[in-house]
Amino acid sequence: MSTAAPASALPSYDDVIARYEPVIGLETHVELGTVSKMFCGCATAFGAEPNTQVCPVCLGLPGSLPVVNEAAVRFAVLIGLALHCDIAPWCRFARKNYFYPDMPKNFQISQYDEPLCTDGYLDVEVDGEIHRVGITRVHMEEDTGKSLHVGGSTGRIHGATHSLVDYNRAGIPLVEIVTEPDVRSPEVARAYVDELRELIRALGVSDVRMEQGSLRCDANVSLRRRPAPGEPDAPFGTRTETKNLNSLRSVERAVRYEISRQSVLLDDGERIIQETRHFDESVGRTSSGRSKEEATDYRYFPEPDLTPLALSAEYVDELRASLPELPAARRVRLIAEHGYSARDLVDMRNAGVLDLVEQTVAAGAANPVAARKWWLNELARRAADAAVAPADLVITPADVARITVLIAGGELTDALARKVIDGVLAGEGTPDEVVSGRGLAIVADDGALTAAVDAAIAGAPDIAEKVRGGKLNAVGPLVGAVMKAMKGQADPAGIRALLLERLGVS
Amino acid sequence: MTDHPTSPVSRPAVPTTGAAVPTAGAAQGDVTRLTAAATAAAIAAGELSAVEATRAALERIAKVDDTVHAFLHVDAEGALAAAGRIDQRRAAGEPLGPLAGVPLALKDVLATRGMPTTCGSRILEGWQAPYDATVVTRLRAADVVLLGKVNMDEFAMGSSTENSAYGPTRNPWDTTRIPGGSSGGSAAAVAAFEAPLAIGTDTGGSIRQPAAVCGLVGVKPTYGAVSRYGLVAFSSSLDQAGPLARTVTDAALLHAAIAGHDPLDSTSVDVPVPSVVAAAARRDVRGVRVGVVRELSGEGYDPGVQAAFAAAVDTLTDLGAEIVEVSCPHFTYAMPAYYLIAPSECSSNLARFDAMRFGLRIGDDGQAGAEEVMSRTREAGFGPEVKRRIILGTYALSSGYYDAYYGQAQKVRTLISRDFAAAYEQVDVLISPTTPTPAFPIGAKVDDPVAMYLSDLCTIPSNLAGGPAMSLPVGLTDGLPVGLQIMAPTFADDRLYLVGGALEAALDDRRGHPLLDEAPAL
Repeated sequence: MSTAAPASALPSYDDVIARYEPVIGLETHVELGTVSKMFCGCATAFGAEPNTQVCPVCLGLPGSLPVVNEAAVRFAVLIGLALHCDIAPWCRFARKNYFYPDMPKNFQISQYDEPLCTDGYLDVEVDGEIHRVGITRVHMEEDTGKSLHVGGSTGRIHGATHSLVDYNRAGIPLVEIVTEPDVRSPEVARAYVDELRELIRALGVSDVRMEQGSLRCDANVSLRRRPAPGEPDAPFGTRTETKNLNSLRSVERAVRYEISRQSVLLDDGERIIQETRHFDESVGRTSSGRSKEEATDYRYFPEPDLTPLALSAEYVDELRASLPELPAARRVRLIAEHGYSARDLVDMRNAGVLDLVEQTVAAGAANPVAARKWWLNELARRAADAAVAPADLVITPADVARITVLIAGGELTDALARKVIDGVLAGEGTPDEVVSGRGLAIVADDGALTAAVDAAIAGAPDIAEKVRGGKLNAVGPLVGAVMKAMKGQADPAGIRALLLERLGVS
Repeated sequence: MTDHPTSPVSRPAVPTTGAAVPTAGAAQGDVTRLTAAATAAAIAAGELSAVEATRAALERIAKVDDTVHAFLHVDAEGALAAAGRIDQRRAAGEPLGPLAGVPLALKDVLATRGMPTTCGSRILEGWQAPYDATVVTRLRAADVVLLGKVNMDEFAMGSSTENSAYGPTRNPWDTTRIPGGSSGGSAAAVAAFEAPLAIGTDTGGSIRQPAAVCGLVGVKPTYGAVSRYGLVAFSSSLDQAGPLARTVTDAALLHAAIAGHDPLDSTSVDVPVPSVVAAAARRDVRGVRVGVVRELSGEGYDPGVQAAFAAAVDTLTDLGAEIVEVSCPHFTYAMPAYYLIAPSECSSNLARFDAMRFGLRIGDDGQAGAEEVMSRTREAGFGPEVKRRIILGTYALSSGYYDAYYGQAQKVRTLISRDFAAAYEQVDVLISPTTPTPAFPIGAKVDDPVAMYLSDLCTIPSNLAGGPAMSLPVGLTDGLPVGLQIMAPTFADDRLYLVGGALEAALDDRRGHPLLDEAPAL
């Protein structure tokens, strides 16, 4: 029953929201971008041949012992500080015990009742409104290996004939970031994950690629009836946890689906089962996983193989002082300094060009608007065509800055600039080298232009007469003719001026 | 071999020919009777070669181990090769370690390249570690010759070595009796003169109790003094490797060779190793304050044990030590606390033996799922005592019981540490009998776990508090050795050797020979 609600039978979302208040909490796992693993020296590179980045420690061989990676602690503290958390002066690791083949020791070294970071928040902006999402805790743990189920049609364990395990991922450092149940809508849930991702990217402690699993999100969703005016809030309802959402879109869709699904059950007077659920992106629905009521008892206890982590105040203060500019502050600055709108920033960020635009301005672009325009329109499109990130294009922010300067100085038109970009992307050198190599500079008046102007006037006497008669806007076709004759290597504004001068109306 | 039909022992014939070696001095007597210090000195002086010492040990093993069954694996080839390299290096004038060429028996709980590591368990039968434990690395670096791996209670759980999946080891003093445990193979090998030195591990007394019942010196160093990297964990917060030897000085030499900070073990402590060898040689305990623990005596203690202990206390008085009676009231709770903490940790530590990556695999018929294979393998691969402790520990850590059991036991642990701290304000060391009784007959306690657990009554407090402790032989009762335990504050391991060295010298003088000379011939 709880799994079967077809999308078509769901009530209108607005109707649900009018009657129920969603209560949403998010748990996000982030793989830290350390060079080596959490408790051993093995490499962490993504995509290596299976079981090539392993050793006795991360394979859990008898007798092996963990040693904490200082870089992972540092990265976790940076995340905690950026989320305004308290950093524990003394904390411990704990063992979370459960049997699963991708877990080499059959326990995960994690943190339980003594996490590294507690009690912070992240401000999230949706449609100009700020939502403060409380951060309950940020704790450290190790990742598991990856199971590959072979022989079934779905790649899931059901129907598989056997399973293979790749332990390259086992022991990669993770932080788990747990929010308070403060989120009240799928949009804010999505925006929270988006903002968190930006924050962590700005800290440089993870590549936060959801599609590669370096940022994974679980959404806890429950509903409660909206109180009548004057009534107190209803208590929280029973929640479900939808696991491993691997895109921003999935976060929003899964939460939205759960809200609708739960509302149907509640409307029918049924109870919500506290359980883990899986989101199927292809159909946009969640389905039941294992029930929490029959869940494993993890038998947490302090990890006896590791000493407590006691960070000095100086250590934490040094890290606090080293925090880079965070995304929210950066947005404020860019709006103030460069005159961008909030919408511009969202567009540039979504296109993956914000850093590039800022670097282009810093490299001496003619103005911030031109830098934004070229990256956001022309170059983002070219990157998409080439299926690479804009930052991976051959063209540099300095190249783009130079192009905007050439345009502003009247030495290139937009059309010519695109040809210059073609050349730079083709590896023909800097913009200046491409301009000279391809002969793309605007032709100043060297006789050829004057001749073309005269030819255009001679070829369209009726238009010339209209212009002479004062209809200056009629000059357009003449400009076009000259540009054609010049094969585009001329400045349209200059041609227009020259035409008007020759026609005696300038 | 017929005694132990399940034994995986590979015991190649000992070569009787080989490189010609000088037969001078020490080599003409029975080399296996030499102490480690004397063996090392003879090798260093060129009076004995490492190959000769190794061959003598291997011949002794071939002669007596069918009776004693200390060894699970004898690496004759590897040992002779290592000894040969040591001899070559000595001939070339290269500097060698203080134990260069001395043969040693390794408890089979330490990961060792090139040899099996079974932990006395069926579940690890045939497994070869792809790495060396840090203790093994240090022994190799010290030019110690590794003879092979010796028997133990499965995963170090037991006090008699009867819990080994590969058959019991026998006490060389009386082969109908247990050699203690869990390091029974280590103790028996040294007491039977198969090796002058052995490495054991001690979680609740597993070095000291076998040392006591086999008439040897055995030391549990301060927790954190010897790296646990590669020591297959029973109870991580209690396990500690240490030496078994025939003399206090030999134990000190081995202690010094294996101790020291190891970055691969987070619980290893970065402090200088105390001067244990110098302390063993000092032989002066005048003015040393020695506390006799009141709670570790009385009912349940064998009269012969009490008599030998009392005589040793008198000897210490004669030597000028100041004897004080001290009370450690919470030691009474050490045993129940230990049997919550150790099983809890073991239930988690032993979870990795699941047939997925190494060791035994049972039931993988192409139909059974991973969980079923894990379950069948663990059912078949673990013995009854290991299962008992896994179940105990799983229960003690369960949601809702944690505070009542594991949490409460940790509080007791703190109280025991405070008892020690209070006692060390009055005295320099504490002493007690090592065990309430001498070696009991094989089979006598296998059906009564609690009676078996009581063997460790006196030794457990030091594991819970982390301090170092030594057992040394102080006499016989009915022809069986009695051990005296010396305990010291954490990182004051040298005090064990100071008091132990002086007491040993006085007792040997009075007796006219080492106690082990009285052991019957095998």
